[in-house]
Amino acid sequence: MWQKAQDDLAGHGFTVLAVALDTAEAARPWIEAAKPTYPTLIDRDHHVAALYGMINVPEAVWIDEGGRIVRPTENAGWYDGFRSRDPVTGAMPDDVAEATARAKRVYMEAVADWARNGAASRHALPPATVREKVRGSSDDVALAQAHFRLATWFLANGEEARAAPHVAQARRLHPESWTIFRQTYGRNDQGLATGDEFRARVAALGERRYYPKVDIEGMP
Amino acid sequence: MVTILHEQIETDVGPIPRSGDGLWLSPKDLMRATGFELKPEGLCRDAICVPVPKGRHAFATDDAIDVVGFWHHLGHPVVHDETRSVWVLGTAADSRRQALESAEAPDFTLPDLDGRPHRLSDYRGRKVFLVSWASW
Repeated sequence: MWQKAQDDLAGHGFTVLAVALDTAEAARPWIEAAKPTYPTLIDRDHHVAALYGMINVPEAVWIDEGGRIVRPTENAGWYDGFRSRDPVTGAMPDDVAEATARAKRVYMEAVADWARNGAASRHALPPATVREKVRGSSDDVALAQAHFRLATWFLANGEEARAAPHVAQARRLHPESWTIFRQTYGRNDQGLATGDEFRARVAALGERRYYPKVDIEGMP
Repeated sequence: MVTILHEQIETDVGPIPRSGDGLWLSPKDLMRATGFELKPEGLCRDAICVPVPKGRHAFATDDAIDVVGFWHHLGHPVVHDETRSVWVLGTAADSRRQALESAEAPDFTLPDLDGRPHRLSDYRGRKVFLVSWASW
């Protein structure tokens, strides 16, 4: 999906800049399989998540030619379809599958509109609107990020036991962060952090979205 | 020796032994770890100088700075491991928010798979669709 945007829009002075909130080791097979033509960076410590207030993937920020944010961090067009999958067959109801496809289409059309029209795009927001849309943060979140930084440093040095208390603190202090939770949660055979505790956390969202609705006309 | 992690900087320093819960550093080590320089007018980084209070709240003398006291004075979080050998000098929520509310996208440098560094600001002149993903 990002590769198609890169192929279609690079000629308009546009680039995808992908950041893996992940270890190089875990990200490598995905990057080598996809062979993207856009840059894909490795952010083991989730530094970009801290800078931009990201709490999930995929989340995107639109930055114009002058380095100014024209859309702050938001869900990059994903829809909660996975929550409606049949637990046995994995099948998704038709209307949910349609909404999932529509969310991606509408979002990527907005990206394309911005790539082609720049500041004239209705999806490129003026500074006052950008300021309003910046997500709130808190002392707890800042402290969680510091604990997470300490945890990733120990993990990178192979010291899981010394990382553990700081993983626990980071999760406790920033419970809304899926990136902190899933980075530090056990993986299944496919490398996915989608076990029982993850499913329970998603279920606890109730009516709230896992991928919040994007404020673009036509988004489901 | 202790390791200080601040934003994307990792610095090994030799703390100066003093009583109390602080972490006292030479001006040179403080500069290496945080970019703050001890000057007559206070502790300075970029265009900003923070005056050092006198008396029992003083976190700096002529030849040493308690970076914990200083960091808390700035309103930023500090965490360390149980052996006090690795410290994180964090960044307050207000500072993060102010950066995002300003005109400019916060800059960063990260490696690609080959270890080649990329800086966000290297992409000036292009529209950048900055997007997160993960294997998990």
